[in-house]
Amino acid sequence: MAENNRAVVKLKEKFAASIIDVVEFRGEVTVTVKQEDILEILTFLKQSLLYNLLTDLTAVDYLGKKEERFMLVYQLFSIANKDRLRIKAPLTEADGHIQSATQVWATANWLEREVFDLFGIVFQNHPDLRRILMTDDWVGHPLRKDYPLQGPDREPYKGRLS
Amino acid sequence: MGVDNPLGENIITTSLDALVNWSRKSSIWPMTFGLACCAIEMMATGASHHDLDRFGIIFRASPRQSDCIIIAGTVTKKMLPVIKTVYEQMPEPKWVIAMGACACSGGIFDTYSVIQGIDEALPVDVYIPGCPPRPEALLFGLMKLQDKIMREKNSFGSAIGLGDRYDSAAA
Repeated sequence: MAENNRAVVKLKEKFAASIIDVVEFRGEVTVTVKQEDILEILTFLKQSLLYNLLTDLTAVDYLGKKEERFMLVYQLFSIANKDRLRIKAPLTEADGHIQSATQVWATANWLEREVFDLFGIVFQNHPDLRRILMTDDWVGHPLRKDYPLQGPDREPYKGRLS
Repeated sequence: MGVDNPLGENIITTSLDALVNWSRKSSIWPMTFGLACCAIEMMATGASHHDLDRFGIIFRASPRQSDCIIIAGTVTKKMLPVIKTVYEQMPEPKWVIAMGACACSGGIFDTYSVIQGIDEALPVDVYIPGCPPRPEALLFGLMKLQDKIMREKNSFGSAIGLGDRYDSAAA
């Protein structure tokens, strides 16, 4: 199924070395790629395969569950072809930075600022990388799994009966 | 009462404090300031069905004209400086109502970004529980605030610069 997807066919032709995994689940195609090549792949998807809308850009923290701590997730939509594609890119904590997609889709600007704010992932060549949700003087990145839920200045909640 | 009443029914005797308190409690003007779902209930309370105007409660769009602020909703750490500024812009005397579970204690939002009760920052006069409280609960809270205003001592004296206003029940 996923092998017949128009984007997967083209990506396998052009970026065979960069593709880590291709999965289809309930009609949703996900392509996991190496983060070093993310910008070339996204540019190709936008310009040649007409994925002209970046619906969402977010990240997942797999602390303690996977070797590469972070996973960048790009949700793409092609208005012309009316189909969707999900691109994922694993990122180690030591690495911590990835090429910005702002030169491909302008909407990536604020989405990447949100990922930077909440996960602390740095986007290279981003025009204005600063916090967007938390206050400017905030310390830490709250959506990281090692960030205390109730904030660093409070005793953590240990359950009703503790 | 043993006092002659030569002018008939046209005169009442009272204390200046009671007069000032009565006028204050009969014209509580809250700041128009909503934060979350509680603000919807606050608006419903102000609308014609529950009709806050019958208490003399008229929402004002400027803190300079308000003497009460209803904290109606979740207070985030990012919003707190704004609320403090609005509160400081209100002229004395001023009262604070914490409306709903979030304003009272943080409610279900026991997280890094939410203030665990507005009483960490402002002196709260009335706490109204509920998630969100029904308009009847807000009305009851406002009437409790009216009772509290009526109990205040030295309202007149403090207004002309003699000492401080204080709540007789809190002493």
